[in-house]
This record gives sequence, structure tokens and C-alpha cells, in this order.
Amino acid sequence: MSATTTPEVGSTARPAGPLREASRRTWRQRHGRKTLIWGWRIGLLVVLLVVWQALSGPVLDPQFVSSPKGIATRLGDWVADGTLWSNTWITVQEIVLGFLVGAVSGAALAYLIASVRVVWDILDPFLMALYAIPKVALAPLFIVWFGIGTDMKVLLAAVTVFFLVFLNTAAGVHEVDRALIDAVRLMNGTRRDIAFKVVLPASMTGLLTGLRVSIPYALIGAVIGELVASNRGLGYLISDSSAKFDTDGVFATLVVLSVIAAILNAVVNLVGKRANRWKPLDTEV
Amino acid sequence: MSAAPVMEVQGLSKHFRKDDEELIALRDVDLTVEQGSFVVLLGRSGCGKSTLLNLLAGLTPPTSGQITYHGKPMRGPNTQVGYLTQHDTLMPWRDVTRNVEMPRELRGDSKKERAAVTAELIKLVGLSGFERHYPRELSGGMRRRASLARMLCADPETLLLDEPFGALDAQLRTELQGELLRLWSGSGRTVVFVTHDIEEALILADRVVVLGPIGTILLDQPVDLPRPRDPDDIRVDPHFVELHRRLSAALKEGAR
Repeated sequence: MSATTTPEVGSTARPAGPLREASRRTWRQRHGRKTLIWGWRIGLLVVLLVVWQALSGPVLDPQFVSSPKGIATRLGDWVADGTLWSNTWITVQEIVLGFLVGAVSGAALAYLIASVRVVWDILDPFLMALYAIPKVALAPLFIVWFGIGTDMKVLLAAVTVFFLVFLNTAAGVHEVDRALIDAVRLMNGTRRDIAFKVVLPASMTGLLTGLRVSIPYALIGAVIGELVASNRGLGYLISDSSAKFDTDGVFATLVVLSVIAAILNAVVNLVGKRANRWKPLDTEV
Repeated sequence: MSAAPVMEVQGLSKHFRKDDEELIALRDVDLTVEQGSFVVLLGRSGCGKSTLLNLLAGLTPPTSGQITYHGKPMRGPNTQVGYLTQHDTLMPWRDVTRNVEMPRELRGDSKKERAAVTAELIKLVGLSGFERHYPRELSGGMRRRASLARMLCADPETLLLDEPFGALDAQLRTELQGELLRLWSGSGRTVVFVTHDIEEALILADRVVVLGPIGTILLDQPVDLPRPRDPDDIRVDPHFVELHRRLSAALKEGAR
């Protein structure tokens, strides 16, 4: 953070070490861009809310589009009577469990299947066919199998996550540089060494991509499950509110869902940053 | 040429199948490499040099013919050799130290044992101060040196080098050539070095084998220039010029 490194290159003199210079940057250089971006984000949000609030009533019917004030009031009520926490907790549990089940099984199976090319080639069309099934279409089946409890939602979330993680990880495994594997073979590396010291780290990018793109789908799976059949959770809140023609309630729930999605995304970004330290130096100042 | 052969290649052929065609990379190659010698395989691009090295390393099986290493037929990757390929094969997720120590790590050496050797090798190739840098943060030349250090970390008795300095600038190339010769001389190691550069071949080799298309041996030329060979002085040495002409002629012959 405090120093930039400039590796010395290709001179006749042998470099004794990297040439390092402390970089003196002003507060503006250090944080200027970040402040700018966040400033605009917040400004944009405020403008949007103000316009929404101003239009709701005189121009638009609050019955249909609600209003920021209405949403805030509703959220306040729900926090007060505990509705928000109990239902959010249910949905979060379903998302997290579904994500974990799907991600672990997807990654594990990807390493098993994709590592053996023949097996992959045989199974590929079947997997693609299963992947193409809209996961919502599985909801009725899952209800028959697992009832309308949380299991059904967890599995609905897990199925979507599974395929995304599975396919991305498999792609990562297939893209491993053959030359790196050969290098380890010449070092007398065992199959185990190749699996853990080459294939696993090399495919990490694929796995992380899978994890990242599948997060919103875990949420989608869980909420769809709740919409189809449930008496608890945020999906239930939406269907219940809309049945009562309570748009404030629907919008309030949507706000909660987006906040959950944003938090989940931030978590995965953190994980990705740690695992990808070997990627090119961050050029962002 | 009195030393015992390390590697013997007999009737070696390698075909690659592409659809219904067989692409012939090598046909009936015979080659003997003596222990402790520095052999340069010289040839134009596409003559099967790299394929030959891959076979010598045991990374791919020959279509026919056989390779013996110390008299024993080779099966699978030859772990006695260090192979420096044309392109870098450093693990991008490991920093320089972790890359260089990898052969010993796989061998099961303790962390302490590895640390000493690794530090020394990194110093030897002039990468001190870059121990914690990842390959992508290094220049091409530095990555080469890191690869060289990793290869040496395994302490191989035979070195296979595939145009190792091809992509480097002239100064760095000379410098690393010197480094390589220093490592080789008196070590008893055998070196098989592939290049398309006649000058490089003559500066390094005990013996230059000129390869034509599909690995035909066009010329097997011992190089008796006295060592150490200063790259600047040797260029004007009449014997060097004569050898240069002979190799150049052989290469041209093969092109026809």
C-alpha cells in the first residue's frame, strides 16, 4: 500500500533487488477515486428516492408503486413486531444452507468428473440437459418429495448453485496448463501432487467464478421455493403482502432481499481477493 | 568422446494423428549423448527439436523406436533430468521462493533443508530481493532465471534446455549462457541444448548436431574451440568462422 515496486529489468548489471521507492501520495490521490465513486453512488440513490417520493401520490398511484416513506414505515412496523427478523432469518438460513450444499457438492463432483476426461465426455450431454431445466419447474416435484418445509427451499437453491459451481469448476479444471502438469511429473510428482499442487490451485479461478455467479441464484432459488409454497420467509412475505394488495409490504421485502444479496456478494469478493493474490498487480491507484 | 553414453536413441519416430492423417514429427532418429558432454541440437523451427526433447524427458511416448537412459529403457517421465521448456512453467500462484523449492518440496525435504538451498539458488541466478514476487510481477528474463533456479533445485544430472534464452535480450542471453557454462563445467552434468542460433550453438557446445526436417541428422560436428569462449572475441576466430560456415551450409542443405 505504502510503496510501489519497480522491478529492475534486463540491464547488464545484475539487479541486487527490486528498486523500491516510497510513493508519496496525497489524500486525494489515495482516496480520490473511491470517494468520487461512492459519492456518486449515494447521490444517485438519494435522487432516485426523492424523485420516487415526489412522484408517488401526485403522478403515480402509491397503491401500485408504493413510496420510500411507505416502505420505511412498513419496515419500521415489521422490525417492531418481529416479523422482519423471523422471516429474514428463515430465508437467510435457506440461502446459506442451499449455497453450501450446492457449492460443496458441485465443486467436489467437478473435481471428480472433470479430472477424468473420458468420464466427462460421456456425461457432458446429460449434465447440460439437466442444467437447461428451469429450476422453478422442479419446485412441484420437490414439494412431493420433501414437503413444503425448509428442505424444499434449501434444495431448490442448492440445485441451481450446484450446476453453476460445477460447470465453472469443471471449466477451470479443463483449462489447467498441460505444461504445468508435465513440469510436476518431471519433478517426480505423484498424481496426488498434481491434483493438489497444480489442478486445485489452477482451477481456483473457475471455482471462485462459479461461487460468485451462483450467489444470487441461491437467493432466487430460496425465494421462489417460498413463493411456491410456504408460510414463513421473505418469499412468503411477498406473496402474503401482494395477496392483501399491500405494495408497501412487497417493496419492503424486496429491499431486504437486495440488502442480503449485497452482503453475500461482498463476502464472496473478500474470499476472491485472498485467493487471487497471485493475479497481476492491482493497477488501480 | 570416450565417456559412457547417458542417453541412447534408436530408430526413434514420433507421429501425431490429426483426423485421418499422420503428422510425422520425427522419423528414425539415432542419437547418442555422452555423459558429461554439452550437446547442442541445432535446427530450424519445425524440425522436431522440441518433440525430440519431450521424448527425451519421457513426457510423451515414442511411436516407435526406443530411448535408453543409462542403458535402461525409459518408461514414463524421466525424473533424473531437468527440463527447461521454451515457455515458462512456473506456477503462477507461487512466489519465486515457493516455485524454486518445489522439486524438493515434492521430494519431501523439510522446510529447513529447502530454505537454505533455495536461498542460495535464488542468489545464484540473481533474483535476490524478488523472493516474494509472483511470476506475473517479474520480467521475462527474471522468470527464465527463476525457472533455471527451479530446475537446478532438483539437482538433475542431465539438463534438457529448449531454446531457453530465445526470448531474451542479447546481454541477458550472454550472461545466462555464461551462467549455464559455469554450472556445467566440472559438474559432470550432461546438457542437451536446443537452439536455432548457430552462434549460440558454437559458444556453448562440445558437439553440435544439425537436425533437418523430421529429425534427420544432417551433420554431427564436434566443436573443439578452446574454453572459456569469450563471445566477443570468438566471433573473429578463424576456426569459429569456419565452423559457422559449415553449420550454416548444413542448415541450408536441409532446407532444400
